[in-house]
Amino acid sequence: MTELSLRLAVSVVQIAAVMGVVMLTVMILTLAERKVLGWMQDRMGPMEVGPYGILQPIADGLKLFFKEDIVPAGANKFMFSLAPILAMVPALIGFAVVPFGPSHKVELFGITIEPFVISDINIGILYILAFTSIGAYGIILGGWASNSKYSLLGGLRSAAQVISYELNVGLAIVGVLILAGSLSLVKITEAQAGGFWHWFVFALPAPQIFAFVVFVISAVAETNRVPFDLPEAESELVAGFFTEYSGMRFAFFFIAEYANMVLVSCVAAAMFLGGWNAPYPGTILAHVGLEQVAWIENLAWFTVKAYAFLFLFFWLRATLPRLRYDQLMKFGWKVMLPIALGNIVVTSIAVYLFPRG
Amino acid sequence: MDQVFFFYFALVIAASSVLVVAMRNPIYSALSLLIMFFHVAGLYVTLHAEFLAAVQIIVYAGAILVLYLFVVMLLNLRQDDRYHRQWPVAAAIGSVLAIEAIVLTLLKGGTAAVVRTGQESEAAGLGNTEALGDVLYSTYLFPFEVASLILLVAMIGAIILAKKDLEGRQA
Repeated sequence: MTELSLRLAVSVVQIAAVMGVVMLTVMILTLAERKVLGWMQDRMGPMEVGPYGILQPIADGLKLFFKEDIVPAGANKFMFSLAPILAMVPALIGFAVVPFGPSHKVELFGITIEPFVISDINIGILYILAFTSIGAYGIILGGWASNSKYSLLGGLRSAAQVISYELNVGLAIVGVLILAGSLSLVKITEAQAGGFWHWFVFALPAPQIFAFVVFVISAVAETNRVPFDLPEAESELVAGFFTEYSGMRFAFFFIAEYANMVLVSCVAAAMFLGGWNAPYPGTILAHVGLEQVAWIENLAWFTVKAYAFLFLFFWLRATLPRLRYDQLMKFGWKVMLPIALGNIVVTSIAVYLFPRG
Repeated sequence: MDQVFFFYFALVIAASSVLVVAMRNPIYSALSLLIMFFHVAGLYVTLHAEFLAAVQIIVYAGAILVLYLFVVMLLNLRQDDRYHRQWPVAAAIGSVLAIEAIVLTLLKGGTAAVVRTGQESEAAGLGNTEALGDVLYSTYLFPFEVASLILLVAMIGAIILAKKDLEGRQA
């Protein structure tokens, strides 16, 4: 029984650590987005709160926390409260299977723990896909429960969009799964060790470069970000599915969106860009004889890769105008889907002809 | 421990299935269905079929039920008595089935012969996913291909039906 409670305690500590890092990242992102957009548009971004505006996220959080919580007349109160939770929980739960660092095991008080992944389940990537698809319910139900035509339209758009692009995300990663021969994110990352030419974007015999592009575009669409943010298109739908939301409920939707961005960035880094592997064989710290702390370097590489993706999200937002709805659907079904399917066929044939050792 | 989980999942599955047809609001029905799908997935996990559990959620909860919700919202169904006239018939059939299940359980003295395929394949060094793929593409290749063909036909059929409507409007 003590072993069980010890395992439980270790898991709780890991979950707390990961949640803390994710929430901190979300806070940083809200500021970083406005700063980066500001620089790209030749403005300063937020400058008032704290030196150089760095305390802005705290001010935003306090403001949202103390705002009046309004439930619109005629709204379905139960659903209206449930929707933000349904949006946020799936966004955060996916981090349970993401390997943030090397998968060596540590013995502690007689039990083995893996410090950098909460749970290495053998269907890791499917688990993430399953829960991101649940996130759509929050948006759809939030739109429906608000009793507002703008919210409802936003929710419906989101439903169609998420279904269309989820398919592309799922098909884009099949090539990687064929190369790695596993669904576990830990094993997929380990299969990419030994330099950037082993990363699945470039790996022989079937570089997944097209799958990577499809994945990134579909991930942007699935997180409802510009240029695919039709569920919340300001010029048409006020604010889309969260038009009627205020205070902390709005903050939940907001955190869910950013947490989803972090999650897809982590998944993209782990599946296509080698995860915590450095772009050269091994780690510098291990080469100079500091194997004990080599994990710092691995962790740093994972962070760099994830943040590079997050920067891409901001960059796209500053660069591209929003797609029209029919363009979005045509693009998803007539361009992305055939590329993803073609990639599966090509990868399968390549791996069959040149089996990986 | 296994028994406790099984009865929890079974109970919630049964209760939420009843709610799906008993709720007056179609959105609540859909949500009950969502709860049911999750618990069916949980049942798969207790049977060491993690792959099936994930696929269950991705396919049913993530895609099919979202489409249901989509349709329900677009049609904006009134909260009228949809199936409630059929309650007496449903109760009769349901109670007969329940009695049958109880009698069968009592006669067989519990379900001792639990299939342990998942654990066997793990013992053979194969994961759950690999075992499933192996069986699907060797033993059950023919049914698998037939199912694919049927789905393809259904897809083409849906496209043709939708297109016919489009042409009619243009003419």
